[in-house]
Amino acid sequence: MHTIFPLTLSGVGFAPNAVPVLADIDLRIEAGGRTVILGPNGAGKSVLMRLMHGLLKPTSGQILWNASESRPRAQGLVFQRPVMLRRSALANVAYGLKLAGVPHARRGVLARAALERVGLAHLAERPARVLSGGEQQRVALARAWALEPRILFLDEPTASLDPAAARSVEQVIVDIHAAGTSIVMTTHNLGQARRLADEIIFLHAGRITERTPAGEFFQHPRSTEAQTFLEGELP
Amino acid sequence: MSDLPASLSTALGLVAGLDAKLLDIVALSLSVSLSAVLLSAVLALPLGALLAVGRFAGRRTLTVIANGFMGLPAVVVGLLVYLLLSRAGPLGPLGLLFTPTAMVIAQAILVAPLLVALTRQTVEDAWREYQEQLHSLGATTHQATATLLWDTRYSLFTVMLAGFGRAISEVGAVMIVGGNIDGVTRVMTTTIALETSKGDLPLALALGLILVALVLAINALAYVTGAWAQRRLG
Repeated sequence: MHTIFPLTLSGVGFAPNAVPVLADIDLRIEAGGRTVILGPNGAGKSVLMRLMHGLLKPTSGQILWNASESRPRAQGLVFQRPVMLRRSALANVAYGLKLAGVPHARRGVLARAALERVGLAHLAERPARVLSGGEQQRVALARAWALEPRILFLDEPTASLDPAAARSVEQVIVDIHAAGTSIVMTTHNLGQARRLADEIIFLHAGRITERTPAGEFFQHPRSTEAQTFLEGELP
Repeated sequence: MSDLPASLSTALGLVAGLDAKLLDIVALSLSVSLSAVLLSAVLALPLGALLAVGRFAGRRTLTVIANGFMGLPAVVVGLLVYLLLSRAGPLGPLGLLFTPTAMVIAQAILVAPLLVALTRQTVEDAWREYQEQLHSLGATTHQATATLLWDTRYSLFTVMLAGFGRAISEVGAVMIVGGNIDGVTRVMTTTIALETSKGDLPLALALGLILVALVLAINALAYVTGAWAQRRLG
């Protein structure tokens, strides 16, 4: 199968209206990993995710997928606050398949299978917007997963959830990765970063200060910014 | 107004007795205004949604025009449609002047700015929430517009009821292009105007009561629909 990897960012900057948000981002993402982007509020984590996903265009530098500028479809983004359309959970998942050009006859089966994988088959017919926050986020994950992305970006996927709901969302992320999808996510929850990350990218004031294997990062962060960040962690 | 109680009791008698003439007038009013709103909505709803979602030249101008024309005087619309449809006008050969069709056209034009402006507002609010998600899933402008129209369908139903309320209660446009011909183009508002000036207060009053009741019922329906959709769909 034609691969979309590696994803490479070279000299990427983002400065809308001359206000710099990100600068000099050089990054290469290979297939198969679980990368967690850490950094304080305002460091530019969400913007970096949106640039990689393609929702935003860099104001300088270049983003390439396997040396090509065209943005592949086999990649998804899950937002902090799930955006549920005013229809059933099943129809929400099927909607993504429809936009991806999947024929009508196959959408129902694929959507139901995706809901089953996130443990929500029993809520398939419920209106999505009356589900709990955690359930909505799992519907959003099912919607993204049904499209069989090679890489999935997650922007603080559990930030608005209680611990139990966050755990179930984490489990789905683990399952999606185990099924062969690369994961790139941001989080403010360091425990979650420890549980999920293979490697950490630390972002501070719009620049990457280090990229370190997760085990090493939490023991001995190399950059002073990351050290300060970890020392500020609440018990 | 010493004859108010007498007129009122005769009026209630007409309503209760389902007076045939009265029913004809009410039926024509309903069918003209309903047709007008449906006709208008076919164009106005997609246009309103495009104004919210699209990024094209003239978008702001159209938005300002739609907002400004929400309060378009009905008599002015009536006059314009009259000029279009009158024998010497560009659409004169169609022979539509003084027919219910002419009244439908006039009311459709009258409520169009209202429908466009309220649809744009409704869809824009939903678009603000959906925008990133729909772009992320690869929706084109056309697909996003269709999705938003569907997802705001209950709010848009209320928008259409607002348009219907404006259409059924206006008198100026239908009076001019319909001509208030007995049994042909006579609707509730024009009858009220005519019968009052003739001094037949009971019929005018009966129609007034029905008109007010209808407008109230429309608002109740809008409220109930909104509450139901909120509860069911969030």
